[in-house]
Amino acid sequence: MSGNNKNQERVGVYVCHCGSNIAGTVDVVDVAKWAGEKLNHQGVVIAREYKFMCSSLGQELIQKDIKELGLTRVVVAACSPHLHEKTFRTAAQNAGLNPYLVELASIREQVSWVHSDKAVGTAKSKAVVAGAVSRVIENRALDEIKVPINPNTLIVGGGIAGIQSALEIANAGFHVYLVEREPSIGGHMAQFDKTFPTLDCSACILTPRMVEAGTHPNITLLTWSEVTNVSGYVGNFHVTIKKKARFVKEELCTGCGICQEKCPKKVVDEVYEAGLGYRKAVYTPFAQAVPKFPVMDKENCTYFQKGTCKACEKFCPTGAIDFKQEDELVKIDVGNIILATGYDLFDARRVSNYGYGRLPNVFTSLEFERLSNAAGPTNGNIVLRDGKTTPRSVGIIHCVGSRDKNFNNYCSVICCMQGLKFAHLVHERTGARVYNFYIDMRTAYKAYDEFYQRVLDEGTLFVRGKVAEVTNAARYDYEKGKLIVQVEDTLAGKQRRIPVDMVILSSGLQPRRDAKDVGKLFGISCSSDGWFTEKHPKLDPVATMTEGIYIAGCAQGPKDIPSSVAQGAAASARVLDKILQKEVALEPIKASVDHDKCSGCRICNGLCPFNAIAFIEDDNISDINPALCQGCGTCVAACPAGAISGTGFSDAQILAQIDGLLLRNLEMEKA
Amino acid sequence: MDNNFEPTIIGFTCNWCSYRAADLAGTARMKYAPNVRLIRMMCSGRLDPTFVLRALSSGADGVMVTGCHPGECHYIEQNYKALRRFLLLRRVLAGMGIEPERVKLVWASAAEGAKFAAETTAFVEEIRKLGPLNWGKGEGEGMKNESEDKNSSFIIQPSSFKKEVPA
Repeated sequence: MSGNNKNQERVGVYVCHCGSNIAGTVDVVDVAKWAGEKLNHQGVVIAREYKFMCSSLGQELIQKDIKELGLTRVVVAACSPHLHEKTFRTAAQNAGLNPYLVELASIREQVSWVHSDKAVGTAKSKAVVAGAVSRVIENRALDEIKVPINPNTLIVGGGIAGIQSALEIANAGFHVYLVEREPSIGGHMAQFDKTFPTLDCSACILTPRMVEAGTHPNITLLTWSEVTNVSGYVGNFHVTIKKKARFVKEELCTGCGICQEKCPKKVVDEVYEAGLGYRKAVYTPFAQAVPKFPVMDKENCTYFQKGTCKACEKFCPTGAIDFKQEDELVKIDVGNIILATGYDLFDARRVSNYGYGRLPNVFTSLEFERLSNAAGPTNGNIVLRDGKTTPRSVGIIHCVGSRDKNFNNYCSVICCMQGLKFAHLVHERTGARVYNFYIDMRTAYKAYDEFYQRVLDEGTLFVRGKVAEVTNAARYDYEKGKLIVQVEDTLAGKQRRIPVDMVILSSGLQPRRDAKDVGKLFGISCSSDGWFTEKHPKLDPVATMTEGIYIAGCAQGPKDIPSSVAQGAAASARVLDKILQKEVALEPIKASVDHDKCSGCRICNGLCPFNAIAFIEDDNISDINPALCQGCGTCVAACPAGAISGTGFSDAQILAQIDGLLLRNLEMEKA
Repeated sequence: MDNNFEPTIIGFTCNWCSYRAADLAGTARMKYAPNVRLIRMMCSGRLDPTFVLRALSSGADGVMVTGCHPGECHYIEQNYKALRRFLLLRRVLAGMGIEPERVKLVWASAAEGAKFAAETTAFVEEIRKLGPLNWGKGEGEGMKNESEDKNSSFIIQPSSFKKEVPA
């Protein structure tokens, strides 16, 4: 039959068992045998099955056939192309075959893992293989497009993950733009007092890093700034950053702080002090802020609102105050981008039965961090909302907003250790009786469980059970004036009412409220929970589906400080890897116009969101700029004259695959 | 109608969202109806309506077109172009005497493996109710001979574009 092979191609089909992953639901031996016989007329000269095609032995099998049998096309029926397309393309390339002449047929994700009937799975696999064989014949050899990589990197988010990333890259000798939305870098870590499990002071370990980032010759800090536009692709991103007006000239400001001192306007600080303390209208969020330059809050500044005051300008010794400053758009070109945009704290108001926002002495975890911080509004004195009474008993509720179908299903990872840390701090500073209300105690990772043991030894009480309610409605005299925690003690098997003076909610972590918009801006996706999606949950946790965009820290999912730092460093290693390669290979999937066929109708012109299609007036034709074309293929589908063709996904390839999937070529052969 | 009728369906997926949704359904071992055979394209905007007609005339009983959710397209807005072609195509199909319900559009993000599986199974049942299409099954009929014409393309009038764009 191979004499009838009109296309002259020599195709090899390789069916993978994937251990029992595929072979459990698909008769792979039958599929290979069938392909060898029934697709022979299409040019299949060899069809093999093997336990693990992706192993080096499996790859060698293909390479040997390419050399010895002179294969011109390869179909691998295995897992999703998103997993191993590159593996097999590289293998083919090493054997002298153009990598784009290899096609993957997904019979694992699309067949064996989603169907349970072996006969059905085998039949569908045959169709999928037939489709891939028909298609691969229409594949054309393509060459990767090499483009140079801009060695500059953009890092969005100046928390500990972003700072770590920036320092790693800057120390390697490459330039970094570190963009932070708030007036200072430091992130959530700057708000904490102590860090678990070692209890070293957060500021003591963080601020040296902040200073290093702020003074590093290879780091350009852009605080009080936000990214507004991103275009381009890996190696060549064009980014626009809105630098909000500080109303302070950075080149003149010495950071002396006199403006803050003289500013008459006090504002509740909802961000840094979590609503527990005040700042001025012109302010740096905290003493160790980096950069040292303050920002002016236009909404609260007396001058901006009423037209008089200017106290800051009068007292500024260097004349750095500038009320006429305007927002500035900074345009930069970078090769790679790391997103380390962090998290939002779960809004504890949503769990209305815990009374936060209604009962004054219910605090969130972030509020307690400020309360216990020596540089906080109470100088580290743990007191009730009245600002003076030291609590004699404190209840700490775990899993607030986490592991709860009504709010977030996931575990926020840090809250158990955070709750234990709070227990220790309350015990140490006030001697109060401390209760921890937990569902499960999760103290994985180095030295964490030892810390739990330590807190147990200190005499903290633990009640296992999900708190039903926190109320101030006393039933008994001894409950009067107290907060009563109603909980089912699942270890003792009874309901308890425990009166305490103060309740701390160990709130969970949530994706940033604008995470979805940020994801859209950078062309990456969010999981159903709203965290940025990594390329692979295990093997590629810092890369994303978009080349050149990496994620680090809590933006990817809840994690503690060591993990955030590790991810920040990992992301920068990936970026350095890209920079040092100096150029990047782009997928050669592009559209092009056949000038002879183009009638100049201009239908395609308006379809391209990347402005890659230009109309050439002189010749009355449209043309596509391959550097701007992203390869979506919308214009290919729209051209009424069929003048636009797309590589990698051509009409011929897709139509052939349709025929193959419907086993039409087979039918024709039978007839 | 034959209750044992097993429809054959061609599914078009985009590389970024819906194909990954199918991958996720696989990784999570979600079981769904085996009748849909997928074709991966870079974007749902690549979908030339000819592909759908070719599939239906070559033996498919239904066609499922999938892509990223509106506003989440990897290529910014090309799924909207898929949407307007889809709406137009359904009218053309009705004009040709083919139930427009044989073509379905599903938005599925990379995180929606469960949605992909559920929509697939539901569509198979919808097609099963409609019965076999039997287009191009007759001898010498259909688009068999057109396979040589690689540049065949469905002509879309720009004026009909605008009518189909949802407000």
